[in-house]
Amino acid sequence: MATASGSARPATTFDITLTINGETRKIAVAPWTTLLDLLRERLDLTGTKKGCDHGQCGACTVLVDGMRVNSCLVLAVMKDGAEITTVEGLAGLAHQKGTNTLHPIQEAFVEHDAFQCGYCTPGQLCSSVGLMNEGHAKSRDEIREAMSGNICRCGAYTNIVDAIQDVMQEAGR
Amino acid sequence: MNRFDYVRAGTVAEAIQAFQADPKARFIAGGTNLVDLMKYDVERPERLIDITRLPLTAIDAHEGGLRVGALVTNAAAAYDPRVRERYPILANAILAGASAQLRNAASTGGNLNQRTRCYYFYDTATPCNKREPGSGCSAVGGVNRIHAIFGTSEYCIATHPSDMCVALAALEATVQVSGPEGERSIAFADYHRLPGDDPAKDNTLQPGEIVVSVDLPENGFATNYTYLKLRDRLSYAFALVSVAAVLDLDGDSVKTVRFALGGVAHKPWRNRDAEAFLQGKPATRESFRAAADLVVAEAVPQSENGFKVELARRAIVRGLEQAAAGTPQSLSDKRIQ
Repeated sequence: MATASGSARPATTFDITLTINGETRKIAVAPWTTLLDLLRERLDLTGTKKGCDHGQCGACTVLVDGMRVNSCLVLAVMKDGAEITTVEGLAGLAHQKGTNTLHPIQEAFVEHDAFQCGYCTPGQLCSSVGLMNEGHAKSRDEIREAMSGNICRCGAYTNIVDAIQDVMQEAGR
Repeated sequence: MNRFDYVRAGTVAEAIQAFQADPKARFIAGGTNLVDLMKYDVERPERLIDITRLPLTAIDAHEGGLRVGALVTNAAAAYDPRVRERYPILANAILAGASAQLRNAASTGGNLNQRTRCYYFYDTATPCNKREPGSGCSAVGGVNRIHAIFGTSEYCIATHPSDMCVALAALEATVQVSGPEGERSIAFADYHRLPGDDPAKDNTLQPGEIVVSVDLPENGFATNYTYLKLRDRLSYAFALVSVAAVLDLDGDSVKTVRFALGGVAHKPWRNRDAEAFLQGKPATRESFRAAADLVVAEAVPQSENGFKVELARRAIVRGLEQAAAGTPQSLSDKRIQ
């Protein structure tokens, strides 16, 4: 069992290993550091946004081992050994490694005008990729339901669903 | 968030030992409720015992039913082919709750152990007997539109927000726990508790005990079931009233029926008298109305949630009709048939 310290005084930091957007990094984190704060404040990966900071808005959505989660509710120390993909890493996902090409969902968001202010967009993009990884949502209604954890106060919802459907249809061809 | 120490357990025994070494420690799994409460300073643990590495992530055949490991995520449980086929009410209830991101993180055990709660529980500037025993209940006479109408006390009128647990109540699942005194089984109806004069306790888990699995009985009522959830917006909102209903029919009459309500009590709410009343009765709207009347006769609404009484009455009738007809509520088409 890994223990923080033999004494009653909390250890300040723990050494963890995370593979972030394909790059494996050893990082010392305080146990109360959320994955969101680690990404933004320590690793300068500010693409992931802090909205509500309570798991209600989805702006902080990232992929942990391919699954979309709210990074604001994840303690980084608990994800020791995990693979993290943030919006900065979407363009580099497997099929296009080493290129600067946007991920198809990013291109589709541009094509369909699926954002206005853009603050929720990194979360919407990661959530869209997570949705497609899961493979459960097929119809428009199912996509809407499966994206309900991502709030867009500009109201770009219909175009976001259009973009996701477009990429899903393209992938199904 | 307060500062805290962190240990990672590899086995159930290690986790229990870590707790015995520090009884003020808290177990953490998905963290979707605990971390949120820590951010509000409602929870201030001195130490977290990370149980996510415990070998409790499988769903296995068990005594004719299924044993769902406590660390199976809500998403993994809902999309498991065996759960979908044999216990579709459980899959539907899980998918009616939270968001995809939360369901990917939240665990089966954690869904049971999420706090029964309300706005005032979160607001450390206000009295709350659940957060601070003896301080009073701000919701009684306060803003209480979302609060309980059954089984309340003057000490607490909060509701348990889980959808999954409402289905588990109707299915009569069993909760397996392990703790310093060994292992034991808890019938689902006995797992959560009513507030009484001690609302700080949401359930009957003893200090140091860990949920290791939730066991589903053989009968999953895969033909006649529904999970009907009524809420202020169509997705990603807690239930104002929900109904999990399961039936076995003998021709046109009711052979077995169980139904549980969510959003109306400190725990998933069942009324055994109403269920017994329906046994042998024709599976008709008239019978279901009479059963619903028996349930809501015991409702005690607060100043702002009187609407829940009629909503519950109608939801019970509609839920039983959906179950009897074999037409469960759709998860994506939210129109109520």
